[in-house]
Amino acid sequence: MRVPVSWLKEFIDIHLPLEELAHRLTMAGMEVEEICLVGLPMPPGEKHEFKITGLSWDPDKIVVGAIHEVMPHPNADRLVLCRLDDGEREHIVLTGAPNLFAYKGQGPLPQPLKVAYAREGARVYDGHEAEQKLMTIKRTKIRGVESSSMACSEKELGISSDHEGIIILDDDAPVGVALAEYMGDAVFDIAITPNIARNANILGIAREIAALTGQELRPLNLDILAEGPSIAGQISVDIQCPELNPRFLLGLVRDVTIRPSPYWVQHRLRLAGMRPINNIVDATNYVMWEIGQPLHAFDYDVLLERAGDGPLKIITRTAHPNERLTTLDGEERELDDFTVLVCDTAGSLSIAGVMGGVESEVNEQTRNVLLEGAAWNFINIRRTVAAQRLPSEAAYRFSRGVHPAQAERGVRRALELMRQWSGGTVDRDLVDNYPCPPEDPIVDITAGDVQRLLGITLTLEEITDILTPLGFTCVREGETLRIQTPDHRLDIGEGIVGKADLLEEIARIYGYDQIPETRLADELPPQRDNPLWDGEERLRDILVKLGLQEVITYRLTSPEREARLLPPDTPHEDLIYTRLENPPTAERTVMRRSLLGSVLEIIERNARLRERLALFEIGPIYLPQEGELLPDEPTRMVIVLTGLRYLPMWDHQSSEVLDFYDLKGIIEALLGELHLDGAQYEPTEHLTFHPGKTAQVRMGKRVLGIFGEVHPQVHEQYDFPDTPVLAAEFDVETLLTLVPDRHDMRPVPIFPPVLEDLAIVVDEALPAARVVEVIQKAGGKMIADARLFDMYRGEQIGSGKKSLAYSLTYQAPDRTLTDKEVARIRGRIIQRLERELGAKLRS
Amino acid sequence: MLEQLNRIEQTALSMLDQVRDEAGLQQWRVKHLGRSSSLSQVLSKLGQLPKEERPMVGRRANQIRQALESALVEKSEALQQVAIQRSLEAERLDVSMPGRPAHSSRLHPATQTLRKIYQILAEMGFQIYWSREVETDAYNFELLNMPAHHPARDMWDTFHTTTPGVLLRTHTSPGQIHAMREFAPEPIRVILPGMCYRYEQLTARSEIQFNQVEGLAIGKNITFSDLKGTLADFARRMFGQNVRSRFRASHFPFTEPSAEVDIECFVCGGSGCSVCKQTGWLEILGCGMVHPTVLRNGGYDPEKHTGFAFGVGPERITQLRHRIEDIRYFWGNDMRFLEQF
Repeated sequence: MRVPVSWLKEFIDIHLPLEELAHRLTMAGMEVEEICLVGLPMPPGEKHEFKITGLSWDPDKIVVGAIHEVMPHPNADRLVLCRLDDGEREHIVLTGAPNLFAYKGQGPLPQPLKVAYAREGARVYDGHEAEQKLMTIKRTKIRGVESSSMACSEKELGISSDHEGIIILDDDAPVGVALAEYMGDAVFDIAITPNIARNANILGIAREIAALTGQELRPLNLDILAEGPSIAGQISVDIQCPELNPRFLLGLVRDVTIRPSPYWVQHRLRLAGMRPINNIVDATNYVMWEIGQPLHAFDYDVLLERAGDGPLKIITRTAHPNERLTTLDGEERELDDFTVLVCDTAGSLSIAGVMGGVESEVNEQTRNVLLEGAAWNFINIRRTVAAQRLPSEAAYRFSRGVHPAQAERGVRRALELMRQWSGGTVDRDLVDNYPCPPEDPIVDITAGDVQRLLGITLTLEEITDILTPLGFTCVREGETLRIQTPDHRLDIGEGIVGKADLLEEIARIYGYDQIPETRLADELPPQRDNPLWDGEERLRDILVKLGLQEVITYRLTSPEREARLLPPDTPHEDLIYTRLENPPTAERTVMRRSLLGSVLEIIERNARLRERLALFEIGPIYLPQEGELLPDEPTRMVIVLTGLRYLPMWDHQSSEVLDFYDLKGIIEALLGELHLDGAQYEPTEHLTFHPGKTAQVRMGKRVLGIFGEVHPQVHEQYDFPDTPVLAAEFDVETLLTLVPDRHDMRPVPIFPPVLEDLAIVVDEALPAARVVEVIQKAGGKMIADARLFDMYRGEQIGSGKKSLAYSLTYQAPDRTLTDKEVARIRGRIIQRLERELGAKLRS
Repeated sequence: MLEQLNRIEQTALSMLDQVRDEAGLQQWRVKHLGRSSSLSQVLSKLGQLPKEERPMVGRRANQIRQALESALVEKSEALQQVAIQRSLEAERLDVSMPGRPAHSSRLHPATQTLRKIYQILAEMGFQIYWSREVETDAYNFELLNMPAHHPARDMWDTFHTTTPGVLLRTHTSPGQIHAMREFAPEPIRVILPGMCYRYEQLTARSEIQFNQVEGLAIGKNITFSDLKGTLADFARRMFGQNVRSRFRASHFPFTEPSAEVDIECFVCGGSGCSVCKQTGWLEILGCGMVHPTVLRNGGYDPEKHTGFAFGVGPERITQLRHRIEDIRYFWGNDMRFLEQF
């Protein structure tokens, strides 16, 4: 919310420098996001806690001037020459401002026009540029007439974007005085959080400053000079849903003249970010900004006409089925059954608290104004704003809660302003229907409460001093402070909640920075083991150590993206996804069911950047379950490799690419580190993978995961390099629950081993793991290791056969094995290999 | 005769001086110490000399033999030294040439920051508590003191699923209720890390998914000053022992009082720079005392228990520490980004 500092000063004396004031507000929860200077000098110093924008007006060069005569330009119809007094001497100033043309050629003006006058050398914004661009005023000649200074528009002075004409100041502006001194200002842009919506107005912020600085708040003047007849009996009000409309007030101003508001009013509204319309509408907006009560002005004569001969009756009710209303923005709107309308006997007039209807709006012909001030249920207004997509300043305030007591203040204040600005007469009294006054909570607080929640010691007097300037009434009863909530706020609850609400107020005003820093002294909870979390982090460490880069991917995807994991035209059942109602893009409509799909997309993305990619991710997938509201979120681990096995080097080039066995090596190393001994690798089939290059990993009956080369037809659907893409996917919980808590160390042998090679020829189809199994079984404990070191296929062996060469390590724990013993074991191994596997010894 | 011997010695030594390699050394040995050498001949003819000359000539000849032999050893060692020097010289490398590329790999930068946060908070007794990402409206909003149509819901743009009342969590705070309901009435000190989601335009400054780490402490004796102390300690360990922090009043529906924590900019030390946008301060944490309604919803009696909660964004911290100006780098996973951490 934009808060001009000059407006605050209507309610409170401010002696703090701008930045200090902004700092205090920010620390107390009203974050100043920007300070915009409107003429005032830049605060001193290099470093500024706040973003400071805007234009400072040179006090020597930009002053109040008085135009005494507007004369035609000798050579240009669209320009005029002004005789201007700047307090020092007279100048001839050249301008094309259309708002001076009316005075052209009238001779000396009876009432001089007060303007913002910039002398030669002044720095102002260029009025002809779209952006705010600084320029220096220089001596120049326009169509034969010399010009060295100018009368400025609001745009040139950085007040608003208006460059339609020059600023005409109010008549009492003092000639020759620096403009910055006369009307220099600064505007704070303050972020208003929902809990301080009561402060979305000038008076609210001023009240906070009073509490923070100890300066006295000047009360709002609610006196009205009401000289008309009493409004009583002229209009009746019927509130049909009091819980949605707790209060409804009406006031009447007669014989108004619709015209622009005084310049200082327009100036203030513009600084606040509002567009001045006319004196009546401006008065409602002014009061909304000043005290936070949105108001609505009706053309009274339109209402009388609609009522015909009958008495005028205002009805507030919810919309009828299929009811429609054309609002001020010209749109015909369909209304929901919860939408509250302000109506008369002829039908609806406005959407309550949100926007007026077009028919009864105040326009240039309006003579008599009926002013509405009301209170509305904030939740219902929120629903209406959301349904109608109609955010407005009024709706913003009503949808966050405005106390019904404010309605009367708003009406009184606005009636008086309308009277002053329009020359109208105010009818005595107000129509006031107040079926549902809220109960303003009373909350009890003790010094112990403050100590318990905030950790500080305050006396009841100190608490009273903090809360009173905010409007609370504090009465001491023994050791308890009985605190009455003021009738401008709805954010204080009852009981323990109210206590917390007040303790927040105490802490805010006392100052968070004054509260000490202490260390937790409370009892520590029981410490719990967290094996899954620890295990996940351990997996990450092992995988990084094995040369894999961690990635973290988007968890939102689309079924189409995940369908790429299957060969094209694969018949498959429709998968059930956790689907978004409001997806951000067509590419992200569901929560992923596959982690592999996510990581493959990262391979795609980096394929042209690196010759070798080795990635992993550990993260959740989302599997909706029949009959369950929420999906399962199991954690998966995915590894993907592709590209060159060795990175190219200046003395070594290799075209070897990563293959199945590179990935298997990584998986073996991972399982080894986890002490998962005895994993079985078995051929398996999966649509994503190459049917001949895929294995599942099993421990006993539990399948841990699957890995292999991505199916060529799947490969083709991605923008992959030509090298095979190897991928593994494991279920993390299954993996981790099998990890043993502990394992026994194997003694390191002290006697030398005997090493021997053994080459055999077997059938091509025989899995190599079978050979090792037989060797281990036949050799028993004496075989410490049987490592495959060579495989050969070729003519020498014959087709359908392969030669496998093993390096055997014979080892006894208690002695050095003799040649005789080794020969005996070897004989046994060969015999069983021949018998069980049909192997032939290769000599 | 003695003169002849002296000449033999001088000649031999001066020739040794000119030997340059092992082969020359062998030739020299044969020539000057071998059987047919002049010295050997002198010795072999010793018997022919007059009896009184024999001992003197013999002694002198043996002296010369020893001298030549030790000169030979010395020369041999010198030659070896030269040979080693020469071969080392020949093996000299260009150390400026690039090394053989190792397969270096790292944790994702977000994981690195998360781990640092876990570590600091673990030492203060906060343990990790897992909580789900697809949540109910009740846990994400209602039980956190945000009933339907509450204005505070505007603070989050939510991804809703097609199942009514089911959404992607907008913050890790639903985990507060889960943890409370599991542990009440025991004291709690947990951290709730994980991915959260917000319906945002994907830009350099806003992401649709982001990590958050939430801390929650509940007990019978926990105050706002404890919250300040805990987070000031956290900030010092996370950003440097001398980093100052400040607490600013703010608003979250599930805490009261609520605060935002700024730390003094660790890039410029608070004097103003582009990272802190010249303000000297960086906003890093949101926190507050757990709202009595939330305590009650979690199964605690707000008359007896108090607690605090705080939330921090690991990606934001990572961005600040490394001046990462575009948040989209994190889940883009470009190797040129990941390899820098």
